[in-house]
Amino acid sequence: MTATLTLRDDTLLLSGRLDATGCAAIWPAARSSAATTVDASAVDYCDGAGIALLFELSQRGIRIDGLSDGYAAMLQALRPDQPLAQRATARRAGWIEVLGRVSARTLASVQDRIAFLGGITVAARSLLLSPQRFRYAATLDVAGRAGADALPIVGLISFLLGVILAFQSAIPMKQFGAELFVANLVGLGLVRELSPLMTAVLLAGRTGAAFAAELGTMKTNQEIDALTTMGLDPMRFLVLPRLVAVTLMTPLLTVLAEVIGLFGGGLVLLTLDIPLKTAFSQAAQTVALTDYVGGLFKAAVFGFGIAAIGCWRGLRTGSGAQAVGDAATSAVVTSLVFLVVSDGLFALAYYYLGW
Amino acid sequence: MSEPIIRVEQLTCAYGPVTVLRDVSFSVQAGEVFVILGGSGCGKSTLLRHLIGLERPAAGRIWLDGAELTASEGAARQALMRGFGVAYQSGALFGSLSVLENVLLPLNEFTSLDPAARELVARLKLRQVGLENYADYMPAALSGGMQKRAAIARALALDPRILFLDEPSAGLDPVTGAELDALIKRLAGTLGLTFVVVTHELASIFAIADRALMLDKSAQGMIALDTPQQLRDHPPSAPVRRFFHRETA
Repeated sequence: MTATLTLRDDTLLLSGRLDATGCAAIWPAARSSAATTVDASAVDYCDGAGIALLFELSQRGIRIDGLSDGYAAMLQALRPDQPLAQRATARRAGWIEVLGRVSARTLASVQDRIAFLGGITVAARSLLLSPQRFRYAATLDVAGRAGADALPIVGLISFLLGVILAFQSAIPMKQFGAELFVANLVGLGLVRELSPLMTAVLLAGRTGAAFAAELGTMKTNQEIDALTTMGLDPMRFLVLPRLVAVTLMTPLLTVLAEVIGLFGGGLVLLTLDIPLKTAFSQAAQTVALTDYVGGLFKAAVFGFGIAAIGCWRGLRTGSGAQAVGDAATSAVVTSLVFLVVSDGLFALAYYYLGW
Repeated sequence: MSEPIIRVEQLTCAYGPVTVLRDVSFSVQAGEVFVILGGSGCGKSTLLRHLIGLERPAAGRIWLDGAELTASEGAARQALMRGFGVAYQSGALFGSLSVLENVLLPLNEFTSLDPAARELVARLKLRQVGLENYADYMPAALSGGMQKRAAIARALALDPRILFLDEPSAGLDPVTGAELDALIKRLAGTLGLTFVVVTHELASIFAIADRALMLDKSAQGMIALDTPQQLRDHPPSAPVRRFFHRETA
């Protein structure tokens, strides 16, 4: 029998099954009634929802009569005479307080980044003093995961990038009969800018996020604490191998991206009756050594930044599954901002250097 | 005697080719606090995972509240699984939700109560386990004992008839462990709940258990079933004696 509610004079007559389903039907009416007494003698069954309804009525000063002994004991165990703690309402902060808090948080974050870079420097110094303590096997393992395993995706994106760049530039060039110079554009664009940047963007999404999640999970599982209490510096043990591996692998992947991208562009030029050999020699004439070295140096800096940001975010992970997800997301976003800003700075520096 | 609320017949639990438990049979009466005990690696948690439907047995049958769990599939199985509550060893609270939101989650999903009523029910569950003033805390901010109590509150949210607890007092200090035991006894008394508790804490076993089932690793199955006092005072076999008298082999 489902729950029913009847108001007779100033008495609420409750009957039937006071479970979640039954209570859902009668709760609004019970809440708005002006009764002073509840007659619960016809209640057959009462679960947590039913007891909660009676608790609410009791808290409003309504007397509960006729409840069977077992259910009455359940109600009394919840102390209906004592009010429940309510949700804490947050105090609204003034704008000066908000500004102060944001400033303090920003300063603390900057300080933390500087301290992290300092930690890397100290760990690198101790590594230089005793290179036998460097974790070569771990570095190779990271290099494999960050570098070799990324080859297919880097290769695919670079190939398509070369194809797209060649097709897009071929249309206006064709109007001037200058299809041959598409090779110059593709070569220069890939070597100076697109290959280092695209490789780094892929690594930020793939490797930076993985580092943050990996170290974040280690942090929540107290593995980082375990390393520290064993006297092993997490910087030397976990961060340095990742930094070294990614800093070395990013330029290598960039070289591969350049070759595959040029090949993609060359295939497009083939459709314009320009042989591959001609296209490559045209590109080689345009790309100077400084372009090539500048692109690779940029790639190495990008790799270092991605690894450092991923590790930093991972080591600063809070507790819980969501914190690990947040760390990975934050690592990718921070890395992308870093890439764009540092790429802009490189463009400026190379311009003044005349590269 | 009334129909048991849990009935297990000839249960064999295996992970691939490795058999962990063989021919386990027992029943649990409604309102009973039933403890599954034994040394490390004897299959306590394996048996629990089969009882709550997380694993399929290699052989044997399980009935919960009159319905056969081992024969149920799909929606029927899910409905059956909603009929009992489980509090895991680690608490398994959702870290991104506050304590109150953890308790509210099943109420939001499976009841048609209005939001204010759901919140009241959830807050009363927290009052039942003594966490009323921690409703807005995040799980990470709670102590181990509090997390376990919050997990019990969440398990109680839909008013199950059976509550399964995995190592509730593991990792807790003696006082907090005793408080948790007292909570289990109180809930069993006031709500008439049936508890199935996996533990190897002797103090806890004597504090809460009406009956205890002992598993043994070398026997790959159950070796005793009785009240804890009876098992301690009249152990039916050497492993039982060693366990209850803390003797080395």
